Amino acid sequence: MSQNDKNMLKWNQIFQKILDSAARYLMMGFVVLFLFGIILLITGKDPIQSYKDILTSTLGSQYGFSEVIVTMTPMLITALAVALPTRIGLINIGGEGQLYMGALLATWGALTFETLPVWALVPLMGLLGIIGGALWAFIPGILKSLGLVNETIATLLLNLVAPSIVAYFVFGFWHSPMDTNKTPNFVDAAQLPTFFNSRIDLSFFIALVLLAIFWYLMKYTRWGLEMRAIGGNPQAAKRNGLPINKYWVIVLCIGGAIAGLAGAAQVSGFYGVLLVNFSRSLGYMGFLISWLSFGDPIGIFITSFVVSVIITGGNMLQLTIGIPYAVINILLALTLFVVLAKPTFLKRITI
Amino acid sequence: MAKTKDVKSSVYVSMRGITKAFPNVLANDRIDLDIHASEIHALLGENGAGKSTLMKILYGFYRADAGEILLRDKSISINSPQDAREHHIGMVFQNFTQIPAFNVLENIALFLPDLQPVYKQSDVEERINEVSIRYGLHVDPYAIVSQLSIGEQQKIEILKLLLSDAKILILDEPTRVLAPHEVDALYEVLDILREDGYAIILITHKLNEVLACSDRITVLRGGEVAGTLLRSETSEEKLVEMMFSKKLVDVQKTEQGVQKISDTPILQLAGIETQGEGNSTSLKNLNLEIHSGEILGVAGVSGNGQKELGDVILGMEKSLAGEKLFFGKDMTNRPIGDIRRNGVGFIPENPLLMASIPYMTVLENMALTNTWRYSQQGGLQVDWEAVRADYQATQEDLGFPFSLYTLPRSLSGGNLQRMVIVREMTHDPQLLIASYLTRGLDVQSTLAARQALLKACENGAGVLLISEDLEELFALSDRLIILFNGEIAGEFIPSETTIYEVGHLMTGSEVKYVAER
Repeated sequence: MSQNDKNMLKWNQIFQKILDSAARYLMMGFVVLFLFGIILLITGKDPIQSYKDILTSTLGSQYGFSEVIVTMTPMLITALAVALPTRIGLINIGGEGQLYMGALLATWGALTFETLPVWALVPLMGLLGIIGGALWAFIPGILKSLGLVNETIATLLLNLVAPSIVAYFVFGFWHSPMDTNKTPNFVDAAQLPTFFNSRIDLSFFIALVLLAIFWYLMKYTRWGLEMRAIGGNPQAAKRNGLPINKYWVIVLCIGGAIAGLAGAAQVSGFYGVLLVNFSRSLGYMGFLISWLSFGDPIGIFITSFVVSVIITGGNMLQLTIGIPYAVINILLALTLFVVLAKPTFLKRITI
Repeated sequence: MAKTKDVKSSVYVSMRGITKAFPNVLANDRIDLDIHASEIHALLGENGAGKSTLMKILYGFYRADAGEILLRDKSISINSPQDAREHHIGMVFQNFTQIPAFNVLENIALFLPDLQPVYKQSDVEERINEVSIRYGLHVDPYAIVSQLSIGEQQKIEILKLLLSDAKILILDEPTRVLAPHEVDALYEVLDILREDGYAIILITHKLNEVLACSDRITVLRGGEVAGTLLRSETSEEKLVEMMFSKKLVDVQKTEQGVQKISDTPILQLAGIETQGEGNSTSLKNLNLEIHSGEILGVAGVSGNGQKELGDVILGMEKSLAGEKLFFGKDMTNRPIGDIRRNGVGFIPENPLLMASIPYMTVLENMALTNTWRYSQQGGLQVDWEAVRADYQATQEDLGFPFSLYTLPRSLSGGNLQRMVIVREMTHDPQLLIASYLTRGLDVQSTLAARQALLKACENGAGVLLISEDLEELFALSDRLIILFNGEIAGEFIPSETTIYEVGHLMTGSEVKYVAER
């Protein structure tokens, strides 16, 4: 077979793959819309009108669209914080805790170095966020490599600790004179620059760059090769001389660092202030997204986008036609449920 | 009680011309086997001699490609274990098939063919007690299986068969997991069963066991029957001779042309000890040296510390005491990556599990042992052209062609083995640990692999060749050690010993003899 034929074959296969997955995702979309339509009917709302409202309120207006981007930004980053360790077989449920610790350190930076100019303070806060998340992930990482505690459990449990630490610092030291549950608003120099006359801030572009780096790392570099090997068969990787314990610690720390950066971006960009319990499960959402998209960068982007459309649209629906927010949660849960059922259930239908 | 032992008249089941081929291997080649009522028949042979395959055919696990099975001179067809059980054939596997959370009674009830939809526990208990008292298989019917010892679990397996009316009992290496006193108890049970007219087939490769309890012995070798003997007619020497015949091996070691790369030994182990966990064996006070251009053969029945020996050299297993020196430099308990960078190649006994990443292409797998060598710009890129070129060169040397872009999980065992051999031979290893080098390979690939090993030696590498194939070890090794129970039971130069002497040490009979003296 000539090189040309091989390429043709390869492209045909890729094309076929894309068609297959498009059919599958469409199918999933219909299942979700159908099931949720029934729920809407039960609550006495017109499903068609509701869906229209969701779409027009999110994708139909510039403002709505920018809100979708704003909502998906932290999800992109926290999903990456899970996807990277997943490649070497580590399950990092600790995105939430790492996010909080990143936000904590970044806030410390913002409050301590108020006088720095923006080009120094924002990067410093990013760095502090990275350090905070990485340190928080180092604990389960080192415990895992010493063979003491499974990283899944350790990261999960640390999620309960981190928000309390944040609360301790906010309530105890940093709260503003007016409120007890948040710090004073950050100075302008501690806030991420925004774009397009919207709330979209620099962290969205950072997220895109990180996703691209992640893709390149896994596909082309020596480190990606070694990580995939460890994820694929740790025993063989170890026998082949790869330092898997070192990888466990370092990769989990990098995952934590990414989540920490998301935390820093949240306080520096989205809020401009550190609130107790600010995260609304962003870390867990990242975990879900990463798993739904099998840790694939493009999948992460698409899934985050869909989830954000549902959340933002749901917020609008709540305001306009008075659907309780719990119902929106049902929609989100249905979506996740159907996507999770995909491998066994929908495959059978669509293929 | 004693039944007639007229050998001619009491043939219970016989297998005629049984042939079974697996890809690349003829596991059973026209095997004839007669099993009589009231006898313990031992099926003896090395690993891979075809014992288990033959018995799995009798139990309906596999179907023979050719041949027939006769039950009391009537031809029967056995297509599944259910069929086998209907013909009163039962088998005790090496891994027991019990549900740990159930108690003994429930486990046995599950297996009863005539169990009513609503059954009375007391009835089952009565039946269990009746049989267990008669054959000395005492167990508490209400004990939870997970809390019983292996020996007791084995009793339950046998009880299961007896209660389901099996008359032919196949035991697959029943003593492998038992403590010595449990072995004696098992023999007593088997004796009573024999007197009651049961036919018992023991699959084993332990000689002392065979001589201790069997009536007749059939030796299999390379998928063929090497002979069937009455116990009274045989001896250990005779059996060893039948188990390990001498066949000609085309590859011979030549003395000339070896380029020594170092006068100090490439590898020295001094007093290495390890602690085996679970099923693995602990190594005890292990001393060995491998010199440049030398093949050190390691003989032994699998599970006597071979895997651990390879792993401790590679650094996979921690040594608790002793020293490991490469070229005189202390490398004890250093990371595997460091050992690898010192030019150590490793061909493990299970290439799929221990050496390859099933979901990465062959090409990617090729790069894994040498990622540091292939990385460019500090690791930002991988020089796949170089990987490809290295692979091409080595595989042309060896004559192992296969596609670079398939996934290892879709390769056959033999091809996978080839892939690993090619990878580990690239970059001229200085020390090569080869476990079961030729397992799963066809004749031609076997020769090529052995030739490759010799070539590595000529280039000055030291080789540790772990094998159960004594012919291979005798043909290739410069020196030979025998591992038994984690210790070196003997060290020889192949030309100064016999295959029989080594066979004795492998099966532990010589060790026992010395200990008794």
